[in-house]
Amino acid sequence: MTTTTAPRPARGPFRNALRRNLTAYGFLSGALIVFAFFSWYPMVREILLSFQKTNFVDPPEWVGLANLRTVFADAAFADAWLNTLAFTGLALVFGYGVPFLAAIVLNELRHARAYLRFIVYVPVMLPPAVAVLLFKWFYDPGPGLFNQILDVFSIPGLSWLDSSSTALVSLVIVSTWMNMGTGTLIYLAALQSIPGELYEAAELDGAGLFKRVWHVTIPQTRLILLVMLLLQIVATMQVFIEPYLLTGGGPENATVTVAYLMYQYAFNYGDFGGGGALGLMLMVVLMIFSAVYLRVSRDDQG
Amino acid sequence: MRTRTRNLACLLAAGLVLGAAGCGGDAGGGGGGKDAASGKNAKVTITVGCQPPKSNKIERQEWDEDVAAFEKLHPDIDIESKDAFPCINPETFQAKLAGGTMEDVFYVYYTDVKKIIQNRQAADISPYVGTLKNYAHIRPDVMSVFKDGDKVYGVPRNTYSMGLVYNRKLFSQAGLNPDAPPKTWAEVREAAKKIAGLGGGVVGFGEYSAGNTGGWHFTASLYARGGDVVTPDGTKAAFNSAEGKAVLENLKQMRWTDNSMGTKQLHQWEDLMRLMGSGKLGMMIGAPDVVQAVNNDFRGKYEDYGVAAVPEAKASLAGGDGYMFHPKATPEKIRAGLLWLEYLKLTPGKGQFDYERGKRLNRPVGLPYPDFYAPGTPPGDQILADREKFATVPVEHFTSYVEASPNIPNKLEPPKAQELYALLDKPMSAVLTNRDANIDQLLAEAASKADQVLSKG
Repeated sequence: MTTTTAPRPARGPFRNALRRNLTAYGFLSGALIVFAFFSWYPMVREILLSFQKTNFVDPPEWVGLANLRTVFADAAFADAWLNTLAFTGLALVFGYGVPFLAAIVLNELRHARAYLRFIVYVPVMLPPAVAVLLFKWFYDPGPGLFNQILDVFSIPGLSWLDSSSTALVSLVIVSTWMNMGTGTLIYLAALQSIPGELYEAAELDGAGLFKRVWHVTIPQTRLILLVMLLLQIVATMQVFIEPYLLTGGGPENATVTVAYLMYQYAFNYGDFGGGGALGLMLMVVLMIFSAVYLRVSRDDQG
Repeated sequence: MRTRTRNLACLLAAGLVLGAAGCGGDAGGGGGGKDAASGKNAKVTITVGCQPPKSNKIERQEWDEDVAAFEKLHPDIDIESKDAFPCINPETFQAKLAGGTMEDVFYVYYTDVKKIIQNRQAADISPYVGTLKNYAHIRPDVMSVFKDGDKVYGVPRNTYSMGLVYNRKLFSQAGLNPDAPPKTWAEVREAAKKIAGLGGGVVGFGEYSAGNTGGWHFTASLYARGGDVVTPDGTKAAFNSAEGKAVLENLKQMRWTDNSMGTKQLHQWEDLMRLMGSGKLGMMIGAPDVVQAVNNDFRGKYEDYGVAAVPEAKASLAGGDGYMFHPKATPEKIRAGLLWLEYLKLTPGKGQFDYERGKRLNRPVGLPYPDFYAPGTPPGDQILADREKFATVPVEHFTSYVEASPNIPNKLEPPKAQELYALLDKPMSAVLTNRDANIDQLLAEAASKADQVLSKG
């Protein structure tokens, strides 16, 4: 396509270049339109909303920082941020480590790898609402699956979602189960690109499994690990569907997250400005975090 | 090859222009242009929400019949029905307004009406309500839901007050008399214990505690005990009181001492409906509409359920739904919409009150609601008489509710209802999930937070 030779006489280099690249621009415009309407425009709208008071009927009214002040004064504001940070932290421990380990194990297997890879990925294909409701059953402190299993081993059952001390961890488990498939596949692809000679050399040097992972696998997948860490944190900071469907923010506000509070403001309190302000705060926090993170990891590489 | 390329680019460019045009037109609102095309006799087209969903065949058939009959009666009005289930949910309400697809005549729950009025998201229909023939007979407490000062913003479709919904089958199985439901909280506790004693995952008494529903039912229980959520002027919290403590103390005892509330908590609306429908729940606070929901959507059967008054009730939280008008609706549309609502929802023997048809189609007739016409008024009396005449459900299952109702004053939801409910979820979920919950401290904390919410006006 790029080698199109014009049969007509050339009409200047700019036109030529334009004509040559018309297809490329055509394809690009598709992506640009979609991004513009479904991603950038809503984002700009959201930022504007956080400084406005609107009822979606009359022209919006500019209110300066009033929305930010409102959400700042909300009793649940601090809870929401602490819970979100705790969720993100716990999700790092589980959600970041587990898929990597799963990928390493899968990579070591000689048989049934395709089958297991499929099994690991199945939860990702389930609609989140289905997966979440499934766990509602598992977590039931009475006849729920988890407590029944604990019972088989004569371990006293837990309250899971029904206790302010275990609710957040329970949500992290759901979230990890739902999302680990994607991470595992990405790690697996990375692992398979590591040249086998490295492992052979390590083995000849007498390195055990742990040392092979530490000295070969991790350094070789470092870039992927760093990117996934960033994506994971950005995604988990926005946790919503798990608390929305499983706990309704409870018990005792233990699972109110920033995104859940945003939902309360926008839809239940009819205050889109407040919801927008929270969204803006979350966005700014994530942008600063991403910028610092990228800076540090780049310096680290350089 | 090259011409094809150029065509492709043109197509994409055209798509861009169209896309921009399509997205630009979101400012309009209630589709004012729809009726412009038909020039003759200025025919008015109104869009109306809450047509029953296709899955609810009989009710949908009734609705469609009513539309046809109404349009015959008023050839200059065109009804465009919009179905959705549920008829309103917070996610779509704001989005519909923002996207310009809100119906001209839209459906609301009482809970949201005040907020909608305050946000100026509904039209003032005061100049037009006079056209409603029975307007003067609607109970003043019901109309006050839709009023702000002297201005009227909507009309009711349904109204009900909280009672005690119970499973008659479980009552019998537990050796209790289903015709003598509990009248005191002590009796509720006893009954709950016996029902929970049946085992097999049966819960004696169920209560909400998440997603703002906990605060809603705290309010219902508090009202019933004679307490209040806010002070009369609406500026301060009033629930940190002896009555508020009694509500939580009672739940705490049932949950932890009696073990009659099941282990799973954090119930939201659907959870208790599902439990009730599956026959695993003995009792819950609820209005007669719970029985309808359980029957229609959660596989319960009318004959298995009864409704009694809330034990020791001094007042009852009123709930219900109705219709409001698009804030940009033209006077013609408002007039047409009121005519339609009058036909469908407000006239004895017609629309929702066509109990004769209800019986013919084997629909439940005889549930003790809606009663938004004051007793003793002509429409009120006629509706009661029709309902009795064409009853298809065992009306005696609701006797104790019906008998007690006239003596229990109805009370509306507090201002900033959803914000306060969200706060009150915390003490509710605390007593139900934490054996050592400190009720005094929980209520004091919630009260100071509520004061903040209320002080913002």
